[in-house]
Parts: sequence; structure tokens; C-alpha cells
Amino acid sequence: MLVLDWILIVVAGWLALGFAGIAALRNTAFVARVLFPAGAVLAAALAGLAAAALAGTPETAVLALGLPDLPFHLRLDGLSAFFLLVIGATSVGISVFAAGYFRHGEGTPPGLMCLEYHLFLASMAMVVLADDAYAFMVMWETMALSSFFLVTANHRVPAIREAGFLYLLIAHIGAIGILLCFGVLQANTGDYTFANMRAQSLSPLWASAAFLLATLGFGAKAGILPLHVWLPEAHPAAPSPVSALMSAVMLKTAIYGLLRVSFDLLGAQQWWWGVLLLAVGLATALYGVVFSAVQTDMKRLLAYSSIENIGLLFVGIGLGVLFNAYGMKALSALALTAALYHVLAHAFFKSLLFLATGSVLHSTGERSLGKLGGLMRRMPWVAWLSLVGVLASSGLPPFSGFVSEWLLLQSFLFTTGLPDSFLNMMVPVLAAGIALVAALAGYTMVKFFGVIFLGQPREPKLADAHPASPLERAGLVWLGAGCVLLGLFPVAAIGLIDPVTQLLVGGGIAETVRANGWLLLSPSSPERASYSPLVFLLVVSVAVLLAVVLVRKFYHGRLRRAPAWDCGYPAQTARMQDSAEGFGQPIRQIFEPFFRMRRELPSPFDAKPHYRVTIEDHFWHWLYLPVARLTAGIARGVGRLQQGRIAIYLLYSFVTLMVLLLVVKS
Amino acid sequence: MSIVGLFAQLLAVILALALAPLLTGWVNQWRAWLQNRRAPGLLQPYCVLHKLFNKESVVAEHASPIFRVAPYIMFGCMALACGIAPTLSTDLPLAPAADAIALVGLFALARVFISLAAMDIGTSFGTLGARREMLIGFLAEPALLMVLFSASLITQSTSLAMIVETLAHQPFAIYPSLAVAGVAFTMVSLAENARVPVDNPATHLELTMIHEALILEYSGRHLALVEWAASLKLFAYSCIGLALFVPWGVAEAGTPLAILFAIPMLVVKLAVGGVLLALIETINAKMRLFRVPEFLATAFLLAVIALLVHVLLGA
Repeated sequence: MLVLDWILIVVAGWLALGFAGIAALRNTAFVARVLFPAGAVLAAALAGLAAAALAGTPETAVLALGLPDLPFHLRLDGLSAFFLLVIGATSVGISVFAAGYFRHGEGTPPGLMCLEYHLFLASMAMVVLADDAYAFMVMWETMALSSFFLVTANHRVPAIREAGFLYLLIAHIGAIGILLCFGVLQANTGDYTFANMRAQSLSPLWASAAFLLATLGFGAKAGILPLHVWLPEAHPAAPSPVSALMSAVMLKTAIYGLLRVSFDLLGAQQWWWGVLLLAVGLATALYGVVFSAVQTDMKRLLAYSSIENIGLLFVGIGLGVLFNAYGMKALSALALTAALYHVLAHAFFKSLLFLATGSVLHSTGERSLGKLGGLMRRMPWVAWLSLVGVLASSGLPPFSGFVSEWLLLQSFLFTTGLPDSFLNMMVPVLAAGIALVAALAGYTMVKFFGVIFLGQPREPKLADAHPASPLERAGLVWLGAGCVLLGLFPVAAIGLIDPVTQLLVGGGIAETVRANGWLLLSPSSPERASYSPLVFLLVVSVAVLLAVVLVRKFYHGRLRRAPAWDCGYPAQTARMQDSAEGFGQPIRQIFEPFFRMRRELPSPFDAKPHYRVTIEDHFWHWLYLPVARLTAGIARGVGRLQQGRIAIYLLYSFVTLMVLLLVVKS
Repeated sequence: MSIVGLFAQLLAVILALALAPLLTGWVNQWRAWLQNRRAPGLLQPYCVLHKLFNKESVVAEHASPIFRVAPYIMFGCMALACGIAPTLSTDLPLAPAADAIALVGLFALARVFISLAAMDIGTSFGTLGARREMLIGFLAEPALLMVLFSASLITQSTSLAMIVETLAHQPFAIYPSLAVAGVAFTMVSLAENARVPVDNPATHLELTMIHEALILEYSGRHLALVEWAASLKLFAYSCIGLALFVPWGVAEAGTPLAILFAIPMLVVKLAVGGVLLALIETINAKMRLFRVPEFLATAFLLAVIALLVHVLLGA
């Protein structure tokens, strides 16, 4: 049996679990204790199968589903296997967490939730397996619809319904882009299989059109500027496991689509595509991180942080396209490796953080950072595991985020040697933007962790916060372990990425990296650049241990607990801590042009002073509201035709007929 | 990895641990002299450390373990930073473990932990300090990275040892990009080490303090470790600056005797650098907090210009 068949069995298993959920619609215990853990086991099986298929030869299958003469073509190659691995490995943790998370009292019954959830997982797996435009679009839409229903799980809240419709709208704008892109790619042959698209060689003009449509279509799903507005609305609205799945995995299917179209289906690339992706990616990353730093809702903060990470992925892919267009295979492979490493790293740390916010939300009922604080003592497991996610997300060594950041910066530094002297000059300078984004991400993450878990509880009710359930902890531990292992063993992880870059650009860095030993990560030679997370961790730990032991030995280990000193200030309350607004204040000041900001300041005579600051996205006012007004205007104009009287409609028919007759006559 | 390399590595770390408080004392002494004050003794920082280590540690009642581990982590990070900065020799077994980018990450790791520790107690000053420290950090970090990139582009390597090896052991040449980068580096170092004009290490004035607000709740051995780590950071920054911009005298690989010559060279360079630092601190006034972003943005732009100059002129 082929690996592909086994993978299809896993997907069918997910669907079966979903329908079993329908059978036990309101049986929460059965759904949570049996179906979701079984889904996690299937996810683990999928990850294992995908890892086995990574380096294998491509396998194809034809499923007799769909329309009579349009069966589903499926294909499993290195690229799809890598993304299946991401889907499987991440959803193991998320499903285990979900088993402990979904309880009574939320809008959609648990059994239906289970169906939507597993349908969502299955459709994502099928998206990366699809080998013709028809199957791809069907699966893509299934993915969008199932996630829409998951986002609106708590559909009795109007704000959540609005968020869901916004998501659906932008998802469909993207779908139109993808559909048109496939239309261009098949080059009037009428054959929509990917094999036919690969065989076509488009003229540069049409190839660029296809590429731009793909960027628009997949960019809408990924959340690049200016199509990012649905992310900060939909992610907070969805239940946490769903936000985790959407942010960690679904956004990655858009990255998959972009890679599939721009590297695999389109043959020759043009250099300006890379520059476009670079510019869009950098703008998105900077925009996302600046907005992330000023958020006061913990899930919105993470949603903006996802926008930032998608931007970084686009930068990596852009560099890959740029190098590939000039035939620099090795450098292109390095940049793509950085991007794909970040796909893996982001999938783990972002789902970890989203799930942690879910635990906090369940335990306290609060999503606003201004009403949290001091949860480290109440929820130690969630806090320490979040710390791992926060450090990985800030791109700090020796965690996973740093490896991809390091590889990305290395690929920027290797750029000298591009044939175009202007690009040669500009590209290293863009690395400055990446450095700024990475540093700001650290700022945001310190705010996120510090305000939620450290300090004193800002509300009295936080004293009743209960720790996360064992299944929730187990899910978090799996994802946290992923962050640590990806950080410590980059050479092994690059071995997983190598088949993908071999497939996309015909080169890889794994051979060079392995030649330098498993301990040392070095993309060309150790003299040029090297990084060893294990040695790094070892030396810091040894220094820490030595410091502890020697201080004890030569001095003492005495410790006394006392009230906080705070410069001797006597009356302190928890309200005097820096709030999330306060922590974001320097960013609001420095990056003021980024925000559409309204401030209401109290006058000195107010008995009950209120300070209110509202921050909005410029793009709403620059792009979305004008388009919405225009649409509404056109609709009103068209509405005038609708008079509701049959005579008027007959007149319309008559006039149309006359005009047509005139046209035919002349 | 050679025995000589291992020896040089150990010597570099031990020398850094031992000499770092001395450098701080030297800068303080010169600062006092330049300001017409009577200076504390050169060994004053050692006495302070000894006193603090002897004292009992007082920890706030609701402090979490993060508060207690942060000083150790900061100390460990700075020890590694001193280990990979090519102070004496470029033949360092630890050098491949962390290159210039990882070094910036290392400083960031220490900064994140000490900021989290400051937020842990939940006092108004602590969180204020954490916010300001992270503000300075996120502005300084890219600038530092760009400075290191300018040097990397010249030498085609991000390994600090290789950069110094290439810059020091080749015919004398003046790189315009490095000159600009040097200015940026000085500005970043002032900010990162909590020096005037960005911060004043000797103030407890609530409106202006940054670094002191962070470590306000620390006492006893924890405070001693933080102070020691701060002087190690100053030492590491000075050594990196010296290695990048005045790299002469650092021993090449496979020349054990040159290490003996490198030690007095290092001491002389550090002494001169310390006097210059004291001079900068004396002739500048501390700026308002909201001028700091401008200051650091200037450093960032200078570093980017250095990069551009290198690409344009090829030097």
C-alpha cells in the first residue's frame, strides 16, 4: 500500500470521528474523552506518515469523487508531505488540548463542533494533497466554510457573527484570486490538472498575471497587508483551539499554495516577483508587530503577531524567488529553508500561545489584559509553558524562533553577488527592517507574558483562578516540547526541510549542514557563520550552576521574604502596576503615524476622571469603508430598478428586446 | 580545538570575570575626577560585591521563581558573551557556538529575563523600568545588529573571531563604513549599558531611572550578581568595540606567545576606552526619556548608512 493510501485512511478516520460526533450531539463526555483524543492519535499517525513520505518519490492517486468526468487528482510529494507534517504534528497538541477544553455552555453543541473541527483538519490535509484545480478549490472552500462555522461557534454574540462574516468575505475575495490564477495557468487547454499546468510555458506577461493573482488569493488567506483585517477579528472570536488551528496551520496552507504556484506550477520566475514579496512581507511584518505591541486584548495581540510572522514568511519566500530568478540555487535554498523553518516554528509557538490564552480565559473569564495579572502562582504549568512559547516567539536563543530568524538574516547577508547592483545594495539594508521587527516582537511578548502571568492580580476574582486540566496541560507540553526541540536540534529539522527545497529549487543546504556535524548549524562553512544552540545552552547553564554553587559555598544561601520595597513607597495597590495600555504607550508615541488614534483626556476638575484611547487601523478608513460605501451606493442605484410592479418589469423586457433587435439589425 | 585554544578560552572568561568590576571602578574613578569630585578607590566595585554577597537576600513575598532565577540567567548570558568576544585570541573553542547574530540574541535574552523579573513583583517602579528597558532594547538591538552586519559584509563572515581575524591580520586599511559604524556602536553601547546621556547609573530619581528601576527590588547576592553581570556587559561591549574597530594586538590562532602580549594590549586599550567613556559621560547631560528614541534612531540610521557605504564603495 502506498503512503498516500494510508494518509487517505487517516483523513477518512477524521471524517468518521466527525460524524460520530453528530451521532452523540450533546454527549460532551463522549466527544471530549473519546473523539478528540482519537483525533489526536490520527494526527500523530499523519505526522509519522508525512515524515516517512518526505524523501520518497511522488505518489499519485485518482479519487472517483466529485463530478462524473472530473475526478479528484491527488499527489503526495515533498512539499505536500512537509505541510502534512506541520498539520499533523501541530494538531496532535491542539486536539489533546481541545479534549480538555470544550465544555458545556458554548453556542454550538459539542458533537457539531467535533464534526466541524475534524472536517476542518481533513480539508486542510486534502488541500495540500490536491493535484488539480477542481479538487483544490473544493477543499479550499470546505476549509473556509468549516473554519467559518468554528469561528462563529458562539454565534449568539453579534460581534462574533460580524467577525465571522468579515472572515468569510475576505476568504472569498482570496478564492476568486486563486480561481482566476488557475484559469491563467491552464493556458486555454481546458485541462485543470496541475500536471498540465506544469507542462505549460506561459509568456512572461501571463506568468506575471498568474503570480499576482496567486499572491492576492493566497495573501488574503495568509493575512498580508492590506487584506489582514480579518485576522484580528476572527482569531479572538473563535474558541482557543480553533484560533490555534487557524493561526498555526490554516495560514500555512496559504504559504503552501504560494510555494506550489510560484515555484512548482510556474516554471521560470522573474526577479521583480521576489522584490514584490519582499516589500509586501516586510511591510506586513512591521505593521503587524507595531499593532501587536499596542493591543490590550490578549488574543488580538497574538492575531497581530501572526500577521507579523506571515510577513516574515513572505520575506523568506521573496528572497527565495529573487535568488532563484537569477539562478542562484544554493542561496534560494537557504532563504526557503529559513521560511520553512519558520513555518514549523511558528506553528508550534503560536498554537502554544493561543491555547495558553484559552486556559487563562477558561480559568478567569477574562480576555482583556487590563484585568489579568499574577497568574503565575495560580496556573504554574500554563505560565512556564507560555514562557517557552514567548521566548520562541521573541526569536531568542536557544529556542525555535531564533533558528529561523538566524537563517533569514544569514540569507540576507549572503546576498552580495546579485547581478543587479541596485538590488545588491538594497537587499542587505532590508535586513535592518527584519532586525527591527524581531526586536519589537520581543517587546510585545514581554508585555504579553508580564501582564498576564507576572505582577499582582489586577482583579479580586483572579484569586479563584483554577489551574488548567491535565489534558490541557498535556497538549501544551507537546507544543512546548516542539519549540524546545526545534530550537536545540536545527540540523535534524533542516533534514526534514531539505526534500522540499530540493523539489522547489533543485538544491538544499542539508548536505553542507550535515557535513559540519550535528552539533553545529552552519549553512556554508563554520568560518563564515555558525550557531550551536546546544553548546549555547550548555555554557549558559554551566555558568548559572557554577554561580549558584559557588555563591552558596563561599557565602551563604539565606533568604528572607518581606513585603515589596518599591523605594519605600507605603501604599501600593495592584492598580498601580503598569497596565497593558501603559506598556504600549512608548510604541504609540514612536509609531504614531501607523495608528488612527483618538484620545479623550480628563480635565483637572473631573470628579471621576476617564482616560480613553481608541486605536484603529488606517486601512479600514483608507480601503474598506470607501469600498463598502461604493458598494452600498451602487446597490442603491441598482435598487431603483426594482419597483415591485409587474408592468415596469415587462417594460424592461420590452426595452431590452427593442435594443437587441436594433443591435442585430445594424 | 587545540589545548592552546582551550587555555585561551578559559583565560578570556576568567579575565573577564575578574577584570569587569575593575573596568567599572576605573570608569567611575575617572568620572569623579573629571567632575572635580573625590574619587572612590579603584577597587570599590569589588568591595561592594563582597558586601552584597555577604548580606541576606530579601525577596518580596509574592515573587515567583522568575525573580530569583533572572540574576543567574543574566550572569550566565554575560559570561558566555565575554567568552565569545575575541578579547585575547581569535582561536576560541566557544566562538562557533554563537556568532554575531547569536550574540545580539544573547543580550536580548538577558534583557527579557531581567525585565520579566522587574514585572514579577508588580510594583509601579518595576513595571516602569521594564517598559523603559524594553523600549531602549528594541531600539538598540537592530542598530547593534546593523553595526555587526557592516563588519560581516567586509569580512564575509558573521563569526566574531573570523571578523577580528580578518580585520586585524591584514594590511592596514581604513574602512569608511566601519568609521560610521563605530559612531553608531558607541551610541548603542551608551544606551545598552545604562550610561549618560541615556541613563544614569548613579541615580534613584524616579522620573529618570531606567536600569535602577529594574533592579530596585533586588538585594543581597541577587543584586551582587546583577551588578556583576552589568559590569560584565560593559566589559563585553568594550571588548567587542575594541575588537571591531581597533583589532590590533589580538592573538592569531596557533600563536600561544602572542596571548601573553595580548593581555597588556587589552588592558591598555580598555584603560583608554574607559577614560573616553568617562569623558563622554561628563560632557553630556542626561536627555529626557522621549529623546532617547531619537538618539537611538540616529544610531540605527548611522548603522544603516554604514552598510550602504560599504555596498556603494565596496569598502
